[in-house]
Amino acid sequence: MKKTDNVSELAEIARQIRINVLKMIHLAASGHPGGSLSAVEILVSLYFSKMNHSPSHSKTDKRDKFVLSKGHGAPVLYSVLAKCGYFPEEELWTLRKFNSTLSGHPYAPSTPGVEITTGSLGQGLSQANGLALAGRLNKDDSIVYCLMGDGETQEGQIWEAAMTASHYKLGTMVAFIDNNELQIDGFVRDIMGIEPIAKKWEAFGWHVQEIDGHDFGAISSAIEKAKAEKERPSLIKCRTVKGKGVSFMENLAKWHGTAPNADELKKALAELGVA
Amino acid sequence: MTNMLSLRDFYGKTLVELGRSNKDVVALDCDLSGSTRTSMFAKEFPDRFFNMGVAEQDMMGTAAGLAAGGKIPFASTFAIFATGRAWEQIRQSIAYPDANVKIVASHGGITVGQDGPSHQAGEDISLMRSIPGMTVIVPADAHEAADAVRWAASHVGPVYIRLTRDKFPVVYDEKKTFAVGKSTSLKKGKDLTFVACGMLTYVALEAEKMLANDGISAGVIDMASIKPLDEQAVLDAAVETGAIVTAEEHSIIGGLGSAVAETVSEKHPVPVIRAGIPDTYLSSGTPEELMEAAHLTPKGLADCARRALALKKKK
Repeated sequence: MKKTDNVSELAEIARQIRINVLKMIHLAASGHPGGSLSAVEILVSLYFSKMNHSPSHSKTDKRDKFVLSKGHGAPVLYSVLAKCGYFPEEELWTLRKFNSTLSGHPYAPSTPGVEITTGSLGQGLSQANGLALAGRLNKDDSIVYCLMGDGETQEGQIWEAAMTASHYKLGTMVAFIDNNELQIDGFVRDIMGIEPIAKKWEAFGWHVQEIDGHDFGAISSAIEKAKAEKERPSLIKCRTVKGKGVSFMENLAKWHGTAPNADELKKALAELGVA
Repeated sequence: MTNMLSLRDFYGKTLVELGRSNKDVVALDCDLSGSTRTSMFAKEFPDRFFNMGVAEQDMMGTAAGLAAGGKIPFASTFAIFATGRAWEQIRQSIAYPDANVKIVASHGGITVGQDGPSHQAGEDISLMRSIPGMTVIVPADAHEAADAVRWAASHVGPVYIRLTRDKFPVVYDEKKTFAVGKSTSLKKGKDLTFVACGMLTYVALEAEKMLANDGISAGVIDMASIKPLDEQAVLDAAVETGAIVTAEEHSIIGGLGSAVAETVSEKHPVPVIRAGIPDTYLSSGTPEELMEAAHLTPKGLADCARRALALKKKK
Protein backbone atom coordinates (compact mmCIF):
# COMPACT_ATOMS: atom_id res chain seq x y z
CA MET A 1 0.00 0.00 0.00
CA LYS A 2 1.10 3.50 -0.83
CA LYS A 3 1.45 6.16 1.85
CA THR A 4 0.94 9.82 1.03
CA ASP A 5 0.93 13.26 2.62
CA ASN A 6 -0.85 14.76 -0.36
CA VAL A 7 -4.15 16.20 0.86
CA SER A 8 -6.06 15.68 -2.38
CA GLU A 9 -4.93 12.05 -2.55
CA LEU A 10 -6.03 11.54 1.05
CA ALA A 11 -9.37 13.22 0.28
CA GLU A 12 -9.90 10.81 -2.60
CA ILE A 13 -9.15 7.84 -0.33
CA ALA A 14 -11.60 9.27 2.22
CA ARG A 15 -14.28 9.49 -0.45
CA GLN A 16 -13.77 5.83 -1.35
CA ILE A 17 -13.80 4.83 2.33
CA ARG A 18 -17.12 6.65 2.82
CA ILE A 19 -18.60 4.81 -0.15
CA ASN A 20 -17.58 1.44 1.27
CA VAL A 21 -18.82 2.34 4.77
CA LEU A 22 -22.26 3.12 3.39
CA LYS A 23 -22.38 0.08 1.13
CA MET A 24 -21.34 -2.35 3.84
CA ILE A 25 -23.82 -0.98 6.39
CA HIS A 26 -26.59 -1.08 3.78
CA LEU A 27 -25.78 -4.71 2.95
CA ALA A 28 -25.62 -5.60 6.63
CA ALA A 29 -28.96 -3.81 7.10
CA SER A 30 -27.67 -2.61 10.46
CA GLY A 31 -24.68 -0.76 11.85
CA HIS A 32 -23.48 2.73 12.70
CA PRO A 33 -23.00 5.12 9.78
CA GLY A 34 -22.98 8.45 11.68
CA GLY A 35 -19.97 7.83 13.89
CA SER A 36 -18.14 5.95 11.15
CA LEU A 37 -18.43 8.89 8.73
CA SER A 38 -17.31 11.42 11.36
CA ALA A 39 -14.06 9.52 11.89
CA VAL A 40 -13.06 8.91 8.25
CA GLU A 41 -10.39 11.63 7.98
CA ILE A 42 -8.81 10.63 11.31
CA LEU A 43 -8.43 6.99 10.24
CA VAL A 44 -7.39 7.79 6.69
CA SER A 45 -4.71 10.15 7.98
CA LEU A 46 -3.43 7.49 10.38
CA TYR A 47 -3.44 4.48 8.07
CA PHE A 48 -2.46 6.17 4.79
CA SER A 49 -0.08 8.80 6.06
CA LYS A 50 1.02 8.70 9.68
CA MET A 51 1.20 5.22 11.10
CA ASN A 52 4.12 2.84 10.79
CA HIS A 53 2.16 -0.28 9.92
CA SER A 54 1.89 -2.84 7.17
CA PRO A 55 -0.30 -5.86 6.45
CA SER A 56 2.94 -7.83 6.19
CA HIS A 57 4.03 -6.93 9.73
CA SER A 58 3.77 -9.87 12.08
CA LYS A 59 2.19 -9.63 15.51
CA THR A 60 5.64 -9.36 17.09
CA ASP A 61 7.09 -6.68 14.82
CA LYS A 62 7.55 -3.13 16.02
CA ARG A 63 4.69 -1.13 14.62
CA ASP A 64 2.32 1.67 15.56
CA LYS A 65 -0.99 0.40 16.85
CA PHE A 66 -4.51 1.70 16.62
CA VAL A 67 -7.30 1.02 19.10
CA LEU A 68 -10.87 1.85 18.10
CA SER A 69 -12.28 2.42 21.55
CA LYS A 70 -15.57 3.57 19.99
CA GLY A 71 -15.99 0.08 18.58
CA HIS A 72 -19.28 0.84 16.84
CA GLY A 73 -17.17 2.70 14.28
CA ALA A 74 -16.08 -0.74 13.02
CA PRO A 75 -17.21 -0.07 9.42
CA VAL A 76 -14.70 2.75 8.93
CA LEU A 77 -11.93 0.67 10.48
CA TYR A 78 -12.77 -2.35 8.31
CA SER A 79 -12.96 -0.21 5.16
CA VAL A 80 -9.57 1.30 5.88
CA LEU A 81 -7.98 -2.07 6.71
CA ALA A 82 -9.33 -3.60 3.49
CA LYS A 83 -8.00 -0.70 1.45
CA CYS A 84 -4.60 -1.14 3.13
CA GLY A 85 -4.63 -4.79 2.04
CA TYR A 86 -5.19 -6.54 5.38
CA PHE A 87 -7.98 -8.56 3.77
CA PRO A 88 -9.86 -8.56 0.44
CA GLU A 89 -12.41 -5.82 -0.13
CA GLU A 90 -15.12 -8.42 -0.85
CA GLU A 91 -15.09 -9.37 2.82
CA LEU A 92 -16.56 -5.95 3.60
CA TRP A 93 -19.87 -7.12 2.18
CA THR A 94 -20.05 -9.84 4.85
CA LEU A 95 -20.14 -7.32 7.72
CA ARG A 96 -22.31 -8.57 10.63
CA LYS A 97 -23.22 -11.79 8.82
CA PHE A 98 -23.17 -15.13 10.62
CA ASN A 99 -19.59 -16.45 10.82
CA SER A 100 -18.16 -13.42 9.02
CA THR A 101 -14.61 -12.40 9.92
CA LEU A 102 -16.06 -8.88 10.34
CA SER A 103 -18.04 -8.87 13.56
CA GLY A 104 -20.46 -6.06 14.38
CA HIS A 105 -17.75 -4.59 16.60
CA PRO A 106 -13.98 -5.11 16.28
CA TYR A 107 -12.81 -8.57 17.29
CA ALA A 108 -9.04 -8.94 17.09
CA PRO A 109 -8.85 -12.75 16.82
CA SER A 110 -10.90 -12.87 13.61
CA THR A 111 -9.99 -9.73 11.69
CA PRO A 112 -6.47 -9.13 10.33
CA GLY A 113 -5.20 -5.71 11.36
CA VAL A 114 -7.52 -5.29 14.33
CA GLU A 115 -5.17 -5.02 17.32
CA ILE A 116 -7.70 -4.81 20.15
CA THR A 117 -11.23 -6.08 20.70
CA THR A 118 -13.74 -3.37 21.55
CA GLY A 119 -17.44 -2.64 21.39
CA SER A 120 -18.39 -2.12 25.00
CA LEU A 121 -17.71 1.60 25.36
CA GLY A 122 -15.04 2.90 27.71
CA GLN A 123 -12.69 -0.06 27.55
CA GLY A 124 -10.31 0.82 24.72
CA LEU A 125 -8.17 3.46 26.39
CA SER A 126 -7.17 1.10 29.23
CA GLN A 127 -6.11 -1.50 26.68
CA ALA A 128 -4.22 1.11 24.68
CA ASN A 129 -2.38 2.02 27.90
CA GLY A 130 -1.48 -1.64 28.34
CA LEU A 131 -0.05 -1.73 24.82
CA ALA A 132 1.98 1.39 25.56
CA LEU A 133 3.30 -0.08 28.82
CA ALA A 134 4.22 -3.32 27.03
CA GLY A 135 6.00 -1.22 24.41
CA ARG A 136 7.98 0.54 27.14
CA LEU A 137 9.07 -2.80 28.61
CA ASN A 138 10.04 -4.00 25.13
CA LYS A 139 12.04 -0.82 24.49
CA ASP A 140 9.71 -0.16 21.60
CA ASP A 141 8.71 3.49 21.31
CA SER A 142 6.06 2.88 18.65
CA ILE A 143 2.99 5.08 18.99
CA VAL A 144 -0.29 3.74 20.32
CA TYR A 145 -3.27 5.59 18.85
CA CYS A 146 -6.70 5.39 20.40
CA LEU A 147 -9.97 6.85 19.11
CA MET A 148 -12.77 7.53 21.56
CA GLY A 149 -16.25 8.84 20.98
CA ASP A 150 -17.32 11.96 22.84
CA GLY A 151 -20.34 10.25 24.37
CA GLU A 152 -18.02 7.39 25.28
CA THR A 153 -16.13 9.62 27.70
CA GLN A 154 -19.19 9.48 29.96
CA GLU A 155 -17.83 6.07 31.02
CA GLY A 156 -15.94 6.22 34.31
CA GLN A 157 -13.29 3.79 33.10
CA ILE A 158 -12.12 6.38 30.56
CA TRP A 159 -11.12 8.66 33.43
CA GLU A 160 -9.42 5.85 35.31
CA ALA A 161 -7.41 5.21 32.13
CA ALA A 162 -6.79 8.94 31.67
CA MET A 163 -5.18 8.96 35.13
CA THR A 164 -3.12 5.87 34.32
CA ALA A 165 -1.69 7.27 31.07
CA SER A 166 -0.71 10.43 32.87
CA HIS A 167 0.64 8.72 35.99
CA TYR A 168 2.82 6.40 33.93
CA LYS A 169 3.90 9.27 31.64
CA LEU A 170 2.85 7.45 28.49
CA GLY A 171 4.38 9.77 25.94
CA THR A 172 3.74 7.21 23.20
CA MET A 173 -0.02 7.52 23.70
CA VAL A 174 -1.90 9.65 21.16
CA ALA A 175 -5.65 9.61 21.73
CA PHE A 176 -8.41 11.28 19.75
CA ILE A 177 -11.93 12.25 20.69
CA ASP A 178 -14.33 12.18 17.76
CA ASN A 179 -16.28 15.17 19.04
CA ASN A 180 -19.35 15.01 16.81
CA GLU A 181 -21.53 16.12 19.75
CA LEU A 182 -24.15 13.45 19.20
CA GLN A 183 -24.93 10.16 20.87
CA ILE A 184 -27.77 7.70 20.37
CA ASP A 185 -30.36 9.54 22.42
CA GLY A 186 -29.50 13.03 21.17
CA PHE A 187 -26.99 15.80 21.76
CA VAL A 188 -24.22 14.92 24.20
CA ARG A 189 -24.83 18.23 26.01
CA ASP A 190 -28.45 17.25 26.63
CA ILE A 191 -27.85 13.63 27.60
CA MET A 192 -24.84 14.07 29.92
CA GLY A 193 -22.61 17.05 29.36
CA ILE A 194 -18.87 16.41 29.07
CA GLU A 195 -17.57 19.95 28.64
CA PRO A 196 -15.12 21.45 29.17
CA ILE A 197 -13.40 18.57 27.39
CA ALA A 198 -10.02 20.19 26.88
CA LYS A 199 -9.77 21.52 30.44
CA LYS A 200 -10.73 18.17 31.89
CA TRP A 201 -8.03 16.29 29.99
CA GLU A 202 -5.48 18.99 30.76
CA ALA A 203 -6.37 18.69 34.42
CA PHE A 204 -5.77 14.95 34.13
CA GLY A 205 -2.23 15.69 32.95
CA TRP A 206 -2.62 15.32 29.19
CA HIS A 207 -1.19 17.43 26.38
CA VAL A 208 -4.33 18.64 24.60
CA GLN A 209 -4.95 20.06 21.12
CA GLU A 210 -8.24 21.04 19.50
CA ILE A 211 -8.59 20.74 15.73
CA ASP A 212 -11.03 20.35 12.87
CA GLY A 213 -11.25 16.57 12.59
CA HIS A 214 -11.99 16.69 8.86
CA ASP A 215 -8.92 18.80 7.95
CA PHE A 216 -6.04 16.55 6.86
CA GLY A 217 -3.47 19.30 7.36
CA ALA A 218 -4.67 19.97 10.90
CA ILE A 219 -4.77 16.26 11.76
CA SER A 220 -1.27 15.76 10.41
CA SER A 221 0.32 18.62 12.30
CA ALA A 222 -1.53 17.75 15.51
CA ILE A 223 -0.20 14.19 15.32
CA GLU A 224 3.34 15.48 14.80
CA LYS A 225 3.04 17.75 17.84
CA ALA A 226 1.57 14.90 19.87
CA LYS A 227 4.43 12.59 18.89
CA ALA A 228 6.95 15.25 19.90
CA GLU A 229 5.46 15.27 23.41
CA LYS A 230 7.47 12.55 25.16
CA GLU A 231 6.54 13.02 28.82
CA ARG A 232 2.77 13.27 28.65
CA PRO A 233 0.03 11.40 26.83
CA SER A 234 -1.61 13.48 24.11
CA LEU A 235 -5.24 14.10 23.38
CA ILE A 236 -6.42 15.51 20.07
CA LYS A 237 -9.98 16.76 20.39
CA CYS A 238 -11.42 16.62 16.89
CA ARG A 239 -14.44 18.74 16.06
CA THR A 240 -16.34 16.54 13.66
CA VAL A 241 -19.71 16.24 12.00
CA LYS A 242 -21.71 13.09 12.62
CA GLY A 243 -22.65 11.58 9.26
CA LYS A 244 -20.08 13.79 7.49
CA GLY A 245 -20.22 13.68 3.71
CA VAL A 246 -23.87 12.71 3.32
CA SER A 247 -26.08 15.79 3.54
CA PHE A 248 -29.15 14.09 4.93
CA MET A 249 -27.17 12.20 7.58
CA GLU A 250 -25.17 15.13 8.92
CA ASN A 251 -25.78 16.19 12.53
CA LEU A 252 -28.69 13.85 13.09
CA ALA A 253 -28.66 11.42 16.03
CA LYS A 254 -31.01 9.21 14.02
CA TRP A 255 -28.07 8.14 11.86
CA HIS A 256 -26.06 6.91 14.83
CA GLY A 257 -27.27 3.37 14.36
CA THR A 258 -29.55 3.20 11.33
CA ALA A 259 -28.64 1.53 8.06
CA PRO A 260 -29.48 3.35 4.83
CA ASN A 261 -32.10 1.60 2.69
CA ALA A 262 -31.61 1.18 -1.06
CA ASP A 263 -32.95 4.64 -1.97
CA GLU A 264 -30.99 6.34 0.77
CA LEU A 265 -27.83 4.51 -0.26
CA LYS A 266 -28.31 5.61 -3.88
CA LYS A 267 -28.78 9.24 -2.81
CA ALA A 268 -25.79 9.09 -0.49
CA LEU A 269 -23.51 7.53 -3.09
CA ALA A 270 -24.60 10.12 -5.65
CA GLU A 271 -23.45 12.83 -3.24
CA LEU A 272 -20.11 11.02 -3.06
CA GLY A 273 -19.77 11.07 -6.84
CA VAL A 274 -20.97 7.57 -7.63
CA ALA A 275 -23.06 7.68 -10.78
CA MET B 1 -1.01 -29.53 65.30
CA THR B 2 -2.07 -29.08 61.71
CA ASN B 3 0.37 -27.25 59.52
CA MET B 4 -1.26 -23.96 58.44
CA LEU B 5 0.05 -22.14 55.37
CA SER B 6 -1.01 -18.96 53.62
CA LEU B 7 -2.09 -19.31 50.00
CA ARG B 8 -1.36 -15.68 49.25
CA ASP B 9 2.17 -15.96 50.68
CA PHE B 10 2.78 -18.86 48.33
CA TYR B 11 1.29 -16.85 45.47
CA GLY B 12 3.64 -13.96 46.18
CA LYS B 13 6.69 -16.21 46.34
CA THR B 14 5.71 -18.15 43.23
CA LEU B 15 5.09 -14.97 41.27
CA VAL B 16 8.60 -13.80 42.11
CA GLU B 17 10.02 -17.15 40.93
CA LEU B 18 8.07 -16.83 37.69
CA GLY B 19 9.32 -13.27 37.30
CA ARG B 20 12.89 -14.48 37.60
CA SER B 21 12.51 -17.18 34.98
CA ASN B 22 10.39 -15.20 32.49
CA LYS B 23 10.90 -11.51 31.88
CA ASP B 24 7.49 -11.24 30.23
CA VAL B 25 5.69 -11.91 33.52
CA VAL B 26 4.29 -8.62 34.87
CA ALA B 27 1.94 -7.86 37.75
CA LEU B 28 -0.81 -5.35 38.44
CA ASP B 29 -2.68 -4.54 41.60
CA CYS B 30 -5.30 -2.10 42.85
CA ASP B 31 -3.80 -0.63 45.99
CA LEU B 32 -3.90 -3.97 47.79
CA SER B 33 -0.46 -5.29 46.90
CA GLY B 34 0.44 -5.80 50.55
CA SER B 35 -2.65 -7.92 51.07
CA THR B 36 -2.50 -9.90 47.83
CA ARG B 37 1.31 -10.27 48.16
CA THR B 38 2.06 -8.87 44.71
CA SER B 39 4.18 -6.46 46.79
CA MET B 40 6.85 -9.19 46.79
CA PHE B 41 6.98 -9.04 42.99
CA ALA B 42 6.88 -5.22 43.07
CA LYS B 43 9.91 -5.14 45.33
CA GLU B 44 12.04 -7.32 43.06
CA PHE B 45 10.70 -6.09 39.71
CA PRO B 46 9.57 -2.47 40.19
CA ASP B 47 9.55 -1.80 36.43
CA ARG B 48 7.29 -4.76 35.77
CA PHE B 49 4.77 -3.97 38.48
CA PHE B 50 1.91 -1.55 37.91
CA ASN B 51 -0.11 -0.27 40.80
CA MET B 52 -3.32 0.94 39.19
CA GLY B 53 -4.74 2.65 42.24
CA VAL B 54 -8.29 1.88 43.30
CA ALA B 55 -9.48 1.24 39.74
CA GLU B 56 -10.31 -2.39 39.03
CA GLN B 57 -11.93 -1.83 35.64
CA ASP B 58 -8.87 -0.01 34.36
CA MET B 59 -6.60 -2.69 35.82
CA MET B 60 -8.35 -5.44 33.85
CA GLY B 61 -8.25 -3.38 30.64
CA THR B 62 -4.60 -2.48 31.10
CA ALA B 63 -3.78 -6.13 31.77
CA ALA B 64 -5.54 -7.05 28.50
CA GLY B 65 -3.45 -4.46 26.65
CA LEU B 66 -0.24 -5.74 28.22
CA ALA B 67 -1.20 -9.24 27.10
CA ALA B 68 -1.85 -7.97 23.56
CA GLY B 69 1.66 -6.50 23.75
CA GLY B 70 3.13 -9.95 24.49
CA LYS B 71 3.28 -9.83 28.30
CA ILE B 72 1.92 -12.34 30.80
CA PRO B 73 0.05 -10.13 33.27
CA PHE B 74 -1.03 -11.29 36.72
CA ALA B 75 -3.77 -8.96 37.98
CA SER B 76 -4.62 -9.15 41.66
CA THR B 77 -7.01 -7.62 44.13
CA PHE B 78 -9.72 -8.92 46.48
CA ALA B 79 -12.06 -11.46 44.88
CA ILE B 80 -15.17 -9.32 45.34
CA PHE B 81 -13.71 -6.35 43.46
CA ALA B 82 -11.82 -8.34 40.82
CA THR B 83 -14.86 -10.31 39.72
CA GLY B 84 -17.70 -8.01 40.71
CA ARG B 85 -16.55 -4.49 39.93
CA ALA B 86 -14.71 -5.50 36.77
CA TRP B 87 -16.85 -8.39 35.51
CA GLU B 88 -17.65 -6.80 32.19
CA GLN B 89 -14.05 -5.75 31.58
CA ILE B 90 -13.00 -9.35 32.22
CA ARG B 91 -15.70 -10.57 29.85
CA GLN B 92 -15.14 -8.05 27.04
CA SER B 93 -11.46 -7.11 27.19
CA ILE B 94 -9.98 -10.38 28.50
CA ALA B 95 -12.05 -13.51 27.93
CA TYR B 96 -13.77 -12.64 24.64
CA PRO B 97 -10.50 -11.95 22.77
CA ASP B 98 -8.80 -14.79 24.73
CA ALA B 99 -6.27 -12.41 26.27
CA ASN B 100 -3.47 -14.10 28.19
CA VAL B 101 -4.35 -12.52 31.53
CA LYS B 102 -4.17 -14.28 34.89
CA ILE B 103 -6.49 -12.96 37.56
CA VAL B 104 -5.36 -14.11 40.98
CA ALA B 105 -7.77 -12.86 43.62
CA SER B 106 -7.24 -13.06 47.34
CA HIS B 107 -9.83 -12.72 50.11
CA GLY B 108 -12.40 -15.00 48.49
CA GLY B 109 -15.28 -16.33 50.56
CA ILE B 110 -16.49 -15.51 54.06
CA THR B 111 -13.25 -16.13 55.93
CA VAL B 112 -12.50 -12.47 55.14
CA GLY B 113 -14.56 -12.24 58.31
CA GLN B 114 -14.58 -8.97 60.17
CA ASP B 115 -14.72 -6.72 57.08
CA GLY B 116 -18.31 -7.87 56.67
CA PRO B 117 -20.50 -8.84 53.72
CA SER B 118 -19.27 -5.88 51.61
CA HIS B 119 -15.94 -7.68 51.35
CA GLN B 120 -17.08 -11.31 51.45
CA ALA B 121 -17.04 -12.76 47.94
CA GLY B 122 -19.61 -15.51 47.66
CA GLU B 123 -20.35 -15.01 43.98
CA ASP B 124 -16.91 -14.87 42.32
CA ILE B 125 -16.74 -18.50 41.17
CA SER B 126 -20.20 -18.19 39.67
CA LEU B 127 -19.33 -14.92 37.94
CA MET B 128 -16.13 -16.31 36.43
CA ARG B 129 -17.51 -19.74 35.60
CA SER B 130 -20.24 -18.29 33.41
CA ILE B 131 -17.74 -16.55 31.12
CA PRO B 132 -16.86 -18.62 28.02
CA GLY B 133 -13.15 -19.38 27.76
CA MET B 134 -12.33 -18.69 31.41
CA THR B 135 -10.47 -21.30 33.45
CA VAL B 136 -11.48 -21.26 37.12
CA ILE B 137 -9.24 -22.71 39.82
CA VAL B 138 -9.85 -22.86 43.58
CA PRO B 139 -6.81 -24.52 45.19
CA ALA B 140 -7.17 -26.66 48.31
CA ASP B 141 -4.03 -25.41 50.02
CA ALA B 142 -0.91 -23.33 49.62
CA HIS B 143 1.06 -26.02 47.79
CA GLU B 144 -1.69 -26.54 45.26
CA ALA B 145 -2.09 -22.76 44.92
CA ALA B 146 1.60 -22.38 44.08
CA ASP B 147 1.44 -25.01 41.36
CA ALA B 148 -1.80 -23.61 39.96
CA VAL B 149 -0.06 -20.24 39.62
CA ARG B 150 2.86 -21.89 37.84
CA TRP B 151 0.43 -23.71 35.55
CA ALA B 152 -1.43 -20.47 34.80
CA ALA B 153 1.79 -18.81 33.67
CA SER B 154 2.49 -21.62 31.24
CA HIS B 155 -1.07 -21.78 29.89
CA VAL B 156 -2.04 -19.37 27.12
CA GLY B 157 -5.44 -17.85 27.87
CA PRO B 158 -7.42 -16.26 30.69
CA VAL B 159 -7.35 -17.89 34.12
CA TYR B 160 -9.05 -17.04 37.41
CA ILE B 161 -7.44 -18.35 40.60
CA ARG B 162 -9.24 -17.80 43.87
CA LEU B 163 -7.24 -17.48 47.08
CA THR B 164 -8.27 -16.54 50.59
CA ARG B 165 -7.09 -14.25 53.33
CA ASP B 166 -6.62 -16.84 56.03
CA LYS B 167 -4.05 -19.55 56.29
CA PHE B 168 -5.39 -22.99 55.42
CA PRO B 169 -4.48 -26.34 56.93
CA VAL B 170 -2.34 -28.11 54.36
CA VAL B 171 -3.87 -31.01 52.48
CA TYR B 172 -0.70 -31.91 50.61
CA ASP B 173 2.58 -32.53 52.39
CA GLU B 174 4.98 -30.65 50.20
CA LYS B 175 4.54 -30.34 46.52
CA LYS B 176 1.30 -30.77 44.71
CA THR B 177 1.01 -30.88 40.95
CA PHE B 178 -2.01 -29.06 39.61
CA ALA B 179 -3.52 -30.44 36.41
CA VAL B 180 -6.28 -28.51 34.73
CA GLY B 181 -9.50 -30.45 34.27
CA LYS B 182 -8.26 -33.11 36.69
CA SER B 183 -9.29 -33.64 40.29
CA THR B 184 -7.44 -35.40 43.07
CA SER B 185 -9.02 -38.35 44.85
CA LEU B 186 -7.94 -38.00 48.47
CA LYS B 187 -10.09 -40.78 49.89
CA LYS B 188 -12.08 -43.53 48.28
CA GLY B 189 -15.54 -44.12 49.75
CA LYS B 190 -18.45 -46.48 49.29
CA ASP B 191 -21.53 -44.64 50.56
CA LEU B 192 -21.09 -41.12 49.23
CA THR B 193 -18.45 -38.73 47.91
CA PHE B 194 -17.51 -35.21 48.97
CA VAL B 195 -16.54 -33.05 46.01
CA ALA B 196 -14.83 -30.04 47.52
CA CYS B 197 -12.65 -27.06 46.70
CA GLY B 198 -10.60 -24.54 48.63
CA MET B 199 -10.48 -24.89 52.41
CA LEU B 200 -13.54 -27.13 52.33
CA THR B 201 -11.34 -29.90 51.00
CA TYR B 202 -9.67 -30.09 54.39
CA VAL B 203 -13.03 -29.76 56.16
CA ALA B 204 -14.38 -32.64 54.05
CA LEU B 205 -11.44 -34.83 55.12
CA GLU B 206 -12.35 -34.08 58.76
CA ALA B 207 -16.02 -34.84 58.07
CA GLU B 208 -14.99 -38.13 56.49
CA LYS B 209 -13.34 -39.15 59.78
CA MET B 210 -16.49 -38.28 61.76
CA LEU B 211 -18.63 -40.31 59.38
CA ALA B 212 -16.21 -43.25 59.50
CA ASN B 213 -16.78 -43.40 63.29
CA ASP B 214 -20.47 -43.94 62.51
CA GLY B 215 -19.70 -46.61 59.94
CA ILE B 216 -20.32 -44.38 56.92
CA SER B 217 -17.74 -44.59 54.17
CA ALA B 218 -17.24 -41.26 52.42
CA GLY B 219 -14.90 -40.46 49.55
CA VAL B 220 -13.22 -37.06 49.21
CA ILE B 221 -12.30 -35.38 45.93
CA ASP B 222 -10.32 -32.14 45.66
CA MET B 223 -11.93 -30.40 42.68
CA ALA B 224 -9.56 -27.45 42.38
CA SER B 225 -10.25 -27.25 38.65
CA ILE B 226 -13.81 -25.99 38.66
CA LYS B 227 -13.75 -25.02 35.03
CA PRO B 228 -13.01 -27.16 33.16
CA LEU B 229 -14.57 -29.56 35.65
CA ASP B 230 -13.25 -33.10 35.98
CA GLU B 231 -16.57 -34.51 34.82
CA GLN B 232 -15.29 -38.06 34.67
CA ALA B 233 -14.35 -38.01 38.36
CA VAL B 234 -17.78 -36.61 39.25
CA LEU B 235 -19.55 -39.27 37.20
CA ASP B 236 -17.36 -42.03 38.62
CA ALA B 237 -18.28 -40.83 42.12
CA ALA B 238 -21.97 -40.77 41.15
CA VAL B 239 -21.80 -44.30 39.77
CA GLU B 240 -19.63 -45.78 42.51
CA THR B 241 -21.14 -44.14 45.61
CA GLY B 242 -24.59 -43.03 44.44
CA ALA B 243 -24.62 -39.74 46.38
CA ILE B 244 -22.56 -36.55 46.34
CA VAL B 245 -22.03 -33.67 48.74
CA THR B 246 -20.36 -30.61 47.28
CA ALA B 247 -18.49 -28.31 49.64
CA GLU B 248 -17.25 -24.82 48.94
CA GLU B 249 -16.75 -21.45 50.58
CA HIS B 250 -19.05 -19.88 47.99
CA SER B 251 -22.75 -19.35 47.47
CA ILE B 252 -24.73 -22.51 46.91
CA ILE B 253 -25.80 -20.78 43.68
CA GLY B 254 -23.51 -20.94 40.68
CA GLY B 255 -20.32 -22.37 42.10
CA LEU B 256 -18.85 -25.86 42.43
CA GLY B 257 -22.15 -27.25 43.69
CA SER B 258 -23.95 -26.03 40.62
CA ALA B 259 -21.23 -27.31 38.31
CA VAL B 260 -21.42 -30.78 39.85
CA ALA B 261 -25.23 -30.81 39.93
CA GLU B 262 -25.37 -29.79 36.26
CA THR B 263 -23.09 -32.65 35.28
CA VAL B 264 -24.74 -35.27 37.49
CA SER B 265 -28.31 -34.35 36.54
CA GLU B 266 -27.55 -34.58 32.84
CA LYS B 267 -25.41 -37.70 32.81
CA HIS B 268 -26.06 -39.84 35.86
CA PRO B 269 -28.67 -38.44 38.25
CA VAL B 270 -28.02 -39.20 41.93
CA PRO B 271 -28.70 -37.03 45.03
CA VAL B 272 -26.42 -33.97 45.21
CA ILE B 273 -26.42 -31.88 48.40
CA ARG B 274 -24.70 -28.52 48.15
CA ALA B 275 -22.84 -27.25 51.18
CA GLY B 276 -21.91 -23.60 50.78
CA ILE B 277 -22.75 -20.07 51.78
CA PRO B 278 -26.54 -19.69 52.04
CA ASP B 279 -28.22 -17.29 49.61
CA THR B 280 -27.96 -14.33 51.94
CA TYR B 281 -25.54 -11.75 53.36
CA LEU B 282 -24.07 -13.00 56.59
CA SER B 283 -22.38 -10.63 59.00
CA SER B 284 -19.10 -9.36 60.29
CA GLY B 285 -17.44 -11.80 62.62
CA THR B 286 -14.51 -14.11 62.99
CA PRO B 287 -13.90 -16.59 60.18
CA GLU B 288 -14.78 -19.37 62.63
CA GLU B 289 -18.11 -17.76 63.54
CA LEU B 290 -19.01 -17.26 59.90
CA MET B 291 -18.04 -20.78 58.83
CA GLU B 292 -20.12 -22.09 61.74
CA ALA B 293 -23.07 -19.90 60.65
CA ALA B 294 -22.83 -21.32 57.12
CA HIS B 295 -22.47 -24.86 58.55
CA LEU B 296 -19.17 -25.18 56.68
CA THR B 297 -17.70 -27.30 59.47
CA PRO B 298 -16.89 -31.03 59.70
CA LYS B 299 -20.19 -31.52 61.55
CA GLY B 300 -22.08 -29.43 58.98
CA LEU B 301 -20.68 -31.50 56.13
CA ALA B 302 -21.38 -34.75 57.99
CA ASP B 303 -25.01 -33.62 58.38
CA CYS B 304 -25.16 -32.95 54.63
CA ALA B 305 -23.77 -36.43 54.04
CA ARG B 306 -26.57 -37.97 56.12
CA ARG B 307 -29.16 -36.00 54.15
CA ALA B 308 -27.62 -37.26 50.92
CA LEU B 309 -27.72 -40.83 52.20
CA ALA B 310 -31.38 -40.49 53.20
CA LEU B 311 -32.23 -39.28 49.70
CA LYS B 312 -30.22 -42.09 48.18
CA LYS B 313 -32.22 -44.67 50.20
CA LYS B 314 -35.53 -43.12 49.14
CA LYS B 315 -34.60 -43.49 45.51
